[in-house]
Amino acid sequence: MSGPIQSIERAAAILRLLSGRSRRLGVVEMAGQLGLPKGTVHGILRTLQAVGFVEQDSDSGKYQLGAALLHIGSSYLDANELRTRALNWADALATQSGESVRIGTLHEKQILIVHHVFRPDDSRQALEVGSLVPAHASALGKALLAHHRYLLEELDSEPLPSYTPATITDIAQLQTELDQIRELGWASEAGELLSGVASIAAAIEDRRGVMAGAISISGPMERLREPESRRVELVGFVLATARTISRELGAIPW
Amino acid sequence: MSGRYVVAIDQGTASSRCLVFDHRARIVSVAQKEHHHLYPMPGWVEHDPQEIWRNVLTVVSQALEKANLSPTELSALGIANQRETTVLWDRRTGAPVHNAINWEDTRTDRLCQQLAREFGQDRFRQKTGLPVTTYFSGPKVRWLLDHIPGLRERAEAGELLFGTMDSWLLWNLCGRHATDVTNASRTLLMSLETLDWDDELLSMIGVPRAMLPEIRPSSGIYGEASPVLAGVPVASVLGDQHAALLGQTCLDPGEAKCTFGTGSFLLLNTGEQPVSSESGLLTTLGYQLGSGRPTYALEGSIAITGALVQWFRDSVGMIGSAPEIETLALTVEDNGGCYFVPAFSGLFAPHWRSDARGVIAGLTGYINKGHLARAVLEATAWQTREVVEAMRTDYGSGLRELRVDGGMTANNLLMQSLADVLDVPVVRPIVAETVSLGAAYAAGLAVGFWPDVDSVKQNWHRAAEWLPKTDPAVREKGYRKWKKAVARTLDWLDDDDYAPAAGKEV
Repeated sequence: MSGPIQSIERAAAILRLLSGRSRRLGVVEMAGQLGLPKGTVHGILRTLQAVGFVEQDSDSGKYQLGAALLHIGSSYLDANELRTRALNWADALATQSGESVRIGTLHEKQILIVHHVFRPDDSRQALEVGSLVPAHASALGKALLAHHRYLLEELDSEPLPSYTPATITDIAQLQTELDQIRELGWASEAGELLSGVASIAAAIEDRRGVMAGAISISGPMERLREPESRRVELVGFVLATARTISRELGAIPW
Repeated sequence: MSGRYVVAIDQGTASSRCLVFDHRARIVSVAQKEHHHLYPMPGWVEHDPQEIWRNVLTVVSQALEKANLSPTELSALGIANQRETTVLWDRRTGAPVHNAINWEDTRTDRLCQQLAREFGQDRFRQKTGLPVTTYFSGPKVRWLLDHIPGLRERAEAGELLFGTMDSWLLWNLCGRHATDVTNASRTLLMSLETLDWDDELLSMIGVPRAMLPEIRPSSGIYGEASPVLAGVPVASVLGDQHAALLGQTCLDPGEAKCTFGTGSFLLLNTGEQPVSSESGLLTTLGYQLGSGRPTYALEGSIAITGALVQWFRDSVGMIGSAPEIETLALTVEDNGGCYFVPAFSGLFAPHWRSDARGVIAGLTGYINKGHLARAVLEATAWQTREVVEAMRTDYGSGLRELRVDGGMTANNLLMQSLADVLDVPVVRPIVAETVSLGAAYAAGLAVGFWPDVDSVKQNWHRAAEWLPKTDPAVREKGYRKWKKAVARTLDWLDDDDYAPAAGKEV
């Protein structure tokens, strides 16, 4: 059996670089970071561009991840499969937290609700499976945007719609928050979609390390955010559930 | 009663599981181990009872280990089990004399036909609520006594013991030869009225009384589990579907649950009186809590529901995994006029036609694989509707809602179709493990872990609810078309088709 193919390794390194914090890089920058000749990097980029895995920005000439690659990543896990595998754990999260649980996936810049567990108090609630929520105004959306930064570029070109006075409409402010979310590993939202309602969410990773979706709990602001000890406990439940589902999907255990 | 938890063993067809529950019926720990299926002949299905017992011991210790629990923290243990699967063992040594004959095994086909001819189905139905078919334990016992040399003599001399899986586990856990009313109601040997073995049935089927276990209420102390669970009281035994009825807290007459798996089982609580069926349903025990009056149920079993999705995946290959059926079905708006009746081995409740075989009706050039996927999913919904209609006829009133559990409840489109087709709300509870939970409830009620059934009811919460959305005219047209499709399955088998069929006598 032959050893690894060098040009594929280099292509992978380029893709990894583009999925990092900078998102858009020029040939010179990449060559510098990878310690490779400019011509080599350029050649690989041209091939990746031809198969749609990278795209070149016509104004700046910089490269970014291409739609074809992202499509492979996000369509890998069937949403109905995600629901099936997450079912028991989502139920357990609702029981633990006493709040309603939702699982969402990215769907054309919005969040598609693929699973919904009622708040376990037997009050009248309507199933929201199949509905869409805005990414920038939901915890599910922020948890996923933090890991799919390319989407932010697309959101950037339109004004972010406001749903309540608390909705984040400024892209720079959203950027800052997404950076925090990446560090913390969980996202939250406080009355940004519906007044008085807060949510906490964490991303779910599949076995290729792709963010397959996110899971959240939602409830009245006062129950989710106060006191601090309760909020910490709820964040712990959400994170633990996201990790368990990720493990269930075969993500590397951590 | 000192412990903080109740433990349930669910000895199922595919695997043995152990679940630990707390006071609020939350799952604290789960362990599971699959066992082998043995297929010595076409149509024959067996398990090794020793393997199952070993697996039960393994999952119990694993479940305790995972949650870091000691047996002293357990208040009680409950058993739920695959029904009808039959074990015979030596009273003295405790060793099985043959593999367990699984409920799906059809080797008693000819024997059952012979019994039905000789005594008439009505006599069995009147006393037991069941028709003579290959599922039930009595004929399996008779087959073993007839075919394994020496067994009949040993059985008559009282050296052999019969039990379903619950009895086999009880014997090994606490050395007691007993079963509960729900398991006993699946043997064709127990009278629904007296809740005791019936001499006439015993002589008709040919099973000596000496080998039969004591019949006890589903909930009550059976003994102390040792050595694995030193001293924990074994406090409930229920057949799995009956346990699910309890786990769904269908405790009032008129309440029904359906467990959607490979096959599906709909049970309707009919209260303190058995309701005989004119529509091809089974009359069975619901459960009996302590010395209280037993609760009866009507049961409709659907042979092929999830199995059709698996067939679509494995034999047709149009989907890569079972959940993808929903993705494929959602590529189209409706079934395009296509109906799929999966009468793969005949039609079961409420039709009972063994000469039927599957059809896909309404095919046109317009139909694509999305429509087929819809038809596959809707087959489960329409079959459930037929059982619900039969229950309406027998019981005299329809359902107010249907409580659902089982693997197929993850299929959102199917659950919505079910609500649309049945025209009642379909409700999924927050604890999907209703079989284990039912066994835990029965055990916990026996030892006072839960004081009464009301406290158990408070643990039930809806996790999701699907409301009917279809226009009544569309629904009734759909049902009319489904019935026409069913009519087209009939009379398919001819005499010369029977020769290589499974499960014939050797």
